Amino acid sequence: MFSFFDILTEALGLILSWDRALSEIVLLSLRVTLTAVALACLIGLPAGALIGAFRFPGRTIVTVILNALMGLPPVVVGLVVYLMLSASGPLGVLGLLYTPTAMIIAQTILVTPIVAALTKQVVEDLHGEYAEQFASFGLRAHDRIAALLWDARYSLLTVALAGFGRAVAEVGAVLIVGGNINHVTRVMTTTIALETSKGNLELALALGVLLLTIAVIVNAAVMALRASAVRAAYA
Amino acid sequence: MLRRHVFSLVAAALLVLGLADTTDAQDQFIVVQSTTSTQNSGLFDHILPIFRDKTGIEVRVVAVGTGQAIKNAMNGDGDVLFVHARAAEEKFVAEGYGVMRSDVMYNDFVIVGPSADPAGVAGMTDATAALAQIAEAEAPFASRGDDSGTHKAELTLWAEAGIDVVAVSGGWYRETGSGMGVTLNTGIGMGAYVLTDRATWIAYGNKGAYQIVVEGDPKMFNQYGIILVNPAKHPNIKAEAGQAFIDWVLSDAGQQAIADYKINGQQLFFPNADG
Repeated sequence: MFSFFDILTEALGLILSWDRALSEIVLLSLRVTLTAVALACLIGLPAGALIGAFRFPGRTIVTVILNALMGLPPVVVGLVVYLMLSASGPLGVLGLLYTPTAMIIAQTILVTPIVAALTKQVVEDLHGEYAEQFASFGLRAHDRIAALLWDARYSLLTVALAGFGRAVAEVGAVLIVGGNINHVTRVMTTTIALETSKGNLELALALGVLLLTIAVIVNAAVMALRASAVRAAYA
Repeated sequence: MLRRHVFSLVAAALLVLGLADTTDAQDQFIVVQSTTSTQNSGLFDHILPIFRDKTGIEVRVVAVGTGQAIKNAMNGDGDVLFVHARAAEEKFVAEGYGVMRSDVMYNDFVIVGPSADPAGVAGMTDATAALAQIAEAEAPFASRGDDSGTHKAELTLWAEAGIDVVAVSGGWYRETGSGMGVTLNTGIGMGAYVLTDRATWIAYGNKGAYQIVVEGDPKMFNQYGIILVNPAKHPNIKAEAGQAFIDWVLSDAGQQAIADYKINGQQLFFPNADG
C-alpha cells in the first residue's frame, strides 16, 4: 500500500517547495532544542564533573538516581511542568504555559540528567589518570573541575549530542506544555503527530525524514567543528 | 584560553537567542481550549484568519479531547472553551467555571466500517440497533476511550443499546485512549468499526477500504457549544477579547464563515446559533 519511494519523493518535494510555514516549524524545533541542550549543559556539565571527580557520602545513591533519571518519561515531565505553569499552579502568574519557553523548560529537565550522568562517567575516568598530578600541583577544586572539563571537551561534545538527540525527537512533553499551537508552539515532532492523526501518513513520514536529515546535519556540523578544533590543537 | 572564551560566548549567544520571546508584544491573543475534531477537520484554519483580519486578535487553539479541554479550562489555562459535550459543558457553567454557554454549530456522528462489513450493518439508520448487532456478532469495535465528547456520545449509544462495554473491553471492544484520527488509524488497522464525527471523517486522509456504514440517526446529532471561562475564577482570563471572539462566532459573519467551510464540496459544520 505504501511505498518508501513515494515517501522519499514526498520528503524531497517538501524540501523543494520549502515554504514559510515549514521553516517556522523547523526553526522553532531547533531553537527550543538547542536552547534546552545549552541550558542542560550549563547545569549538567559542572554537576556531572563534581560528582565524577569527588568522593562524598551518598555518592552512590546520587549516581543511581541520576542514571535512573536518564529514563524520565517525557509525558510525565510534561505533566509536572504543566501543573507548575498552569494558571492554577504555583508559577501560573508567569504566564509561560503554551509558549516556547515552557517547552524549553520541559526539555531542559529531560536532558539535564543525561548530560550530568554521562559527564560524570567521562570525568570520573579522566580523573583516575589525573588525580596524582592534581595532588602534586595542589590544585583547588574549582581549577580541577575546569581542567577536567576542558581536557574531556571532545568526549563531552558527544554527551551534548546525546542530549540533543533526546530533545529533538521528543514529543510527549512539548505537546502538553506547548499545546501544539499553530505558528506559536508547533514543532516538527508535534506536526508529525498531528499529521498522523489526520491520516496523512505519507506527509507525516516525509516530515520524519526531514527531521532525521536535520539531526544528521547538526551532528555533522558538530563533528566538523570538533575535527577542525583537533587539527588546530595539534598543528 | 581564548578558545574557551569563544565557546562561552557562543553558548551565551545561543541562550539569549533561544530564550528571547520573539512574539510581538503588541499582538493581542487569546487561548481557546478546543477539540481534535474541529482542529483536524481544518475548520479553525478557515475561520480564524477571517476573525483576525477583522479584529486583530490572534486565536491560539489548543486541540485536545473534550475531557482534557474542560479540565484545562477549569485550571484557567484558556480564555474560551469550544467543545461538544453538552452535559459536561452545562456542568462547567453551573459550577461557576464558565460564564454562559451558547450553541454554535452542529454536525453528526457516523459509524464507519470495512467494506466486508462482518456485522452486516451497512445501510442501517438506527444507531443503537446497529451497535447491538455489532455486539451480537462480536465484530471488532474501536472506541476513543479518552473521555472526549465523541467518546461520551458513543457510551450513551451503547447504554441505550443495553450493552455493557466496560465488561467486554479488551475483547472485541477496544479502547485506544487516543484522539479521533489515531483511533481511526488503529481501527482501520484492525478491521474494526469506529464511531467518528463526520467532519473528521471527510477530512481524514487514510480511509483505505473503509466507508460510512451507519448514518442519519437523530441520536447521532453532535452539538458544539462555546463558553467564556469565568474571569471571576481566574483573573488572568482575557474576558474582553474572549467575548469578542464568542460574539463574532455567534454573529451572522461568523456563522457564515462556518457554513462556507467545505471539503470536496461537502459542508462540514452547520451553524445554529440562536441569533
